[in-house]
Amino acid sequence: MTALEVAGLSCRRGGRPVFGDLSFSLAPGELLALTGRNGSGKTTLLRALALLVPADAGAIRWQGADVAADRETWRRRIAWLGHLDGLKSDLTVRENIATACHLREEGTERVDDALAAFDLGSLANRPVRTLSAGQRRRAALARVKAAGAPLWLLDEPLNALDAPSQAALRTVLGQHLAAGGLAIAATHAPLDGARVLDMGGASP
Amino acid sequence: MSGFAALLARDLRLVWRRPGDVMVVLAFFVVATVLFPLGIGPETNLLARIAAGILWCAALFAALLSLDRLFAADYEDGALDLLLLAPWPLELAALAKCLAHWIVTGLPLAVLAPFMGLLFGLSGEGLAALGLTLLVGTPALSLIGGLAAALTLGARRGGALLALLALPLCVPTLIFGAGAVEAVAMGEGFLTHLAILGALALLSLATLPWAIAAALRQAGE
Amino acid sequence: MASLHALANPARFRRFSQKVLPILSGVTALALAVGLWLALVESPPDYQQGETVRIMFIHVPSAWLAMAGYALLAGLGASLLVWRHPLAALMARAAAPVGAVFAGVCLLTGSLWGRPMWGTYWVWDARLTSMLLLFFLYLGHIALSRAYDDAERGDRAAAILALVGAINLPVIKFSVDWWNTLHQPASVMKLGGPSIHPAILTPLMVMAAALLLLFVVLVMVRTETEIDRRRLDAAERML
Repeated sequence: MTALEVAGLSCRRGGRPVFGDLSFSLAPGELLALTGRNGSGKTTLLRALALLVPADAGAIRWQGADVAADRETWRRRIAWLGHLDGLKSDLTVRENIATACHLREEGTERVDDALAAFDLGSLANRPVRTLSAGQRRRAALARVKAAGAPLWLLDEPLNALDAPSQAALRTVLGQHLAAGGLAIAATHAPLDGARVLDMGGASP
Repeated sequence: MSGFAALLARDLRLVWRRPGDVMVVLAFFVVATVLFPLGIGPETNLLARIAAGILWCAALFAALLSLDRLFAADYEDGALDLLLLAPWPLELAALAKCLAHWIVTGLPLAVLAPFMGLLFGLSGEGLAALGLTLLVGTPALSLIGGLAAALTLGARRGGALLALLALPLCVPTLIFGAGAVEAVAMGEGFLTHLAILGALALLSLATLPWAIAAALRQAGE
Repeated sequence: MASLHALANPARFRRFSQKVLPILSGVTALALAVGLWLALVESPPDYQQGETVRIMFIHVPSAWLAMAGYALLAGLGASLLVWRHPLAALMARAAAPVGAVFAGVCLLTGSLWGRPMWGTYWVWDARLTSMLLLFFLYLGHIALSRAYDDAERGDRAAAILALVGAINLPVIKFSVDWWNTLHQPASVMKLGGPSIHPAILTPLMVMAAALLLLFVVLVMVRTETEIDRRRLDAAERML
C-alpha cells in the first residue's frame, strides 16, 4: 500500500521549468534517493513536496488524499532538513531541539533519544555557535529524528558528516524505515537500500 | 505548549542572551533625542513646544532600527523554513515575532521616553501622555515594521528600503501620538488621541499579520 | 470577464496593444490639443488668481490620476497574488512610475500655483501633504519591485505592499486632514478655489479625459516594454 503518491508534478523557478511531469510513489519503509547534478531540481522537488514552493501542475497525495487540501495536517506529517541547519546559534543543542518540538506543538519525550542517536550527549548543553559544521549537521538531524513525523524530507543529509556520523545517520534512517516511516533524500553520496530517482543533469 | 508561546519564548530568550542588541536601540533613542536641542537651541519654551514631535520621531526611528533583524536572522540560518512548516497558522507566528519585537523595543521606549521628556520640560500630564501614547502606539509600529522587514528579506539595500516602506505607513500613528502630547501642552485632554491610537493598533492587528505571512511565504519560495 | 482573463496572457496583450495603440495615441494627442487650447485660451482667467489658475487644469487631473494609479496598483496586486496573472506583475511594474510621475506633477504644479498666493513654494496643506505621502508610497513600490535579482519575487512583494498601502491610504488621509486642521485653522487657502464655475468645468473634464488617455497609453507602451524585457531575461537564462 503506497502512502505517498506524486502524479505529474511540474515546477518552474524564476520563469524556467525545473522539472516536469514527475510521478512516483513511496510506500512505508521505503527510502527514495534523489540524484542528479546541481541545479537539476532536487531541492525544488523537496520544497514542492513540503508545499513551500507552489507546483504548476500535478498532485501530491497522502493515503489517497490531496495534501494541499489540508496543509496544516500535511506539515505535521513531514520533518524537514534543508540546506541550512535551521538552528539558532545562541541556543544550546538541547534547547534548539526542544524548541523545535514545541514549535511543532509536540512534547519533548523524544529529545534525549535523538541526542543519543547522533552522539550529541556531551554537546547537548553547548551553544550551537561553538560547534563545528559537522556537529551542527548532526544536531539538525537529531531535530528531524525528534520530530516524530512519518515522512522525512532531507536535503543533502550526509553533507559535512564524518564517517562515524554517516553511519549513525544510516542507522537512524534504518530504524525510521523499519518502523514504517518514509524518507526522501537529495544526495550526492549513495544510500543503501534506496530507490533512486535521477533528476538528470541541469543544462551545462 | 502552544506554538505561539514557544516562538515568543524562544525569541525573548534569544534577546536575553544578547541584551546588547536592545541596549543599543535604547541608547540610539537617547542620543538622537539629545541631538535635537543641540541642533535647534536651548530655549526652553521652544523645546517644550516641539518636544512631542521630537520624542515621537526619535522613538519611531529607534523602533525601526532593530527591525531588519526581525526575520533576517531566521532567514539566514534556515529557521524561517521551520516556521513556514509549522503546523499552525503562519499569521500567528508573524504576530508572535512582532510581539517579541514590541516587548523588547516598544515597551522599553514607552518607559524610557518620559524620562527624556523631563529634558524638554514637559509637565507631569505631558509625560504621562507621552508614555501612554507610546505604549498604545508602538504595537502598530512593530506590526508595520514587521511587514516592511518581511517584504525586504533578501533584498538589496534592505535596511534603507525597509525605512522607506515603513515610515509613510507609520504617519497616522505619529500624528496622533505626538498630537496627544501637544494637546496636553495646550491644556486639552488626550483621551481621543489615545482612543484613535488604539483603533490604529486594532486595524494593524486585523490586517497586517496576514500581509506579513504572505510576505514570508514569498520569501520561502 | 472572460475577455479580461484572456488578456491576462502577456503575448495576447501585446498583440492587442499593438493594434490599439496607434489609434489610441492619435486620440490622446487630439484630446490633449483640444484640452490645452480650452484651458489656456478659451477659459476665462479667475477674478482672484488671474492667469495662474490655468495650472489647475493640470494639477487637479494629475491628483485624480495619481490616486487612480495607486488603486490600479492595488487591483493588479490582488490579481497577481490571487490568480497569479503574469500580466498583472508586468503591468504593475509599468504603471507605478507613471503614477509616480503624475503625483510628482501634481506636487510641482501645486507648488507653482500656490507660490503667488502663499509667497513660498510649499505650505503644509492637507491635500499636498497627503499627495506627498502618496508619492512616497509610489517610490516604495518602485524600489521594492526592483530590489530583487529574481524579478518575480520583487513583483509579488510589491503587490503585497500595494494592497497594504491602499488600505492605509484613507487612514493616512484622515490623519493628515486632522493634523492640518489642528495646526493651521481656517487661514489656509483651498487650492480648489471658491467654487467650480461651469466655464472651468468643461476644460477641466476635457483635460482630465486627455490625461487619462495619456496615462493609459503610457502604461500600455511601458507594459509592452516590460513584456519584452521579461522575455529577454528568460531567453538569457536559457543560454
